[in-house]
Amino acid sequence: MVDFGGWDMPVEYSGLIAEHMAVRTGVGVFDVSHMGDIQLRGPGSLGAVQHISMNDAARLQVGQAQYSAMLYPEGTFVDDIIVHKFSENDYLFVINAGTREKDYEWVRAQARAFDCHVNDYSDYYTQLAIQGPRAQETLQKLTNADLSKVKFYWFTWGTVCGLPNTLVARTGYTGEDGFEIYVPSDEATSERVWNEVMAAGAEFGILPCGLGARNTLRLEAALSLYGHEISESINVFEAGLDRFCKLEKGSFLGSSALRGVLSGGGPSRKLVGLEVVERGIARDGYRVFDLSGNAIGSVTSGSPAPFLKKNIALAYVPRSFAEVGTEVAVEIRNNPVKAVVVPIPFYKKPKKAAQS
Amino acid sequence: MAYPTNYRYTREHEWIEASGKTGTVGITEHAQDSLGDIVFVELPRVGEKVEKGKVFGSVESVKAVSDLYSPATGTVTAVNEELTSAPEKINADAHAAWIMKIELSDPSEIDALLTAADYEAYAKEETGH
Repeated sequence: MVDFGGWDMPVEYSGLIAEHMAVRTGVGVFDVSHMGDIQLRGPGSLGAVQHISMNDAARLQVGQAQYSAMLYPEGTFVDDIIVHKFSENDYLFVINAGTREKDYEWVRAQARAFDCHVNDYSDYYTQLAIQGPRAQETLQKLTNADLSKVKFYWFTWGTVCGLPNTLVARTGYTGEDGFEIYVPSDEATSERVWNEVMAAGAEFGILPCGLGARNTLRLEAALSLYGHEISESINVFEAGLDRFCKLEKGSFLGSSALRGVLSGGGPSRKLVGLEVVERGIARDGYRVFDLSGNAIGSVTSGSPAPFLKKNIALAYVPRSFAEVGTEVAVEIRNNPVKAVVVPIPFYKKPKKAAQS
Repeated sequence: MAYPTNYRYTREHEWIEASGKTGTVGITEHAQDSLGDIVFVELPRVGEKVEKGKVFGSVESVKAVSDLYSPATGTVTAVNEELTSAPEKINADAHAAWIMKIELSDPSEIDALLTAADYEAYAKEETGH
């Protein structure tokens, strides 16, 4: 067990690679109760959400969710979040564990000017992520909600394991299809639901998955992790999250700084995907050099990729090195090891046949 | 898994089986269990000198990299090339999947290393269970 934002979390259960492969080829379940839940309610809630988060929540329909982020006025990250629209005046932010107190204080302070109540419901919910190509079949056994009708990044409410009005969202952090469910956090209920999910997934070879697989899965999908790819010193354009940032929606926290970055010619560094082509594993914090030996950047996340069977990394490099195909070197245990810039995400889930 | 009593152990989680002037070195069950799925082993070269307590290679799992420390001083006489293509053999049986064989400069160095019982107690203490 490791301490993760104050939570005792298993890094792995049966083994990281097996857990990773279960999610890519079958189904896996993660206890992600460490994620925080902040609800914004009231007539001013949309205004608050629009002010605090960079994506355009006005485009959300009831039952829809979007990836977004909260920014400092400098255009750098407070945290990345998922915004769910429960109703016209009711929104839920799902936030990271490590930043929970900071996020809650931030949302409360920034929402003060709006007619909006802010509540931290993090302790009320156990959040389970059921992920993988067999996730729908697994969860469908346990709920009356018709999961085939729930599109990616939409959610519904249904009875799950006998628990009425349970939030079931088609979201995740694995690059795979899957669901996240929010059930009451008391130990008996959490344990019962966990066991029922395990039993429902048994025929698909379901495995409980730990933080280790969660990290390698999200890395293959090039999903950002706070404190690595995004932080208070990295801006939206550097992180390559432009498509989730809607400057055209009007003024919001961070927007004027970001407009300044654009008018100044864009970011000077970019997040890129690297594939290590010589023997070696790039890891978090390792330095990146050009082929003449000049230090140009550093790895934010690096690992062997269990499904792709390559050694991959995300790294910040100057924009002149960001083009796909550019050769660089990662300093691995004092040796420069050749790597090449490759497109991200490293892994994309295969397109499914049209659902009936 | 039991720790073979004919091996000696280091606090850095290597084992050595000494037989006359030859020492066979690997990592312990506790080490492989802590590391998880091993994906890469950096072996020393045959003929290389290794020194007691000094790094002679590394072993990497998906989640971490760990240096290998030589339990004794000597010269590398063989390396387990099989681990290059099948590093997971260490996970399967850490006490059989040897990493290197060395010709010991001073076989009496081995006596100062931990016995199986001492190591087992040490490993338990380290993990807190």
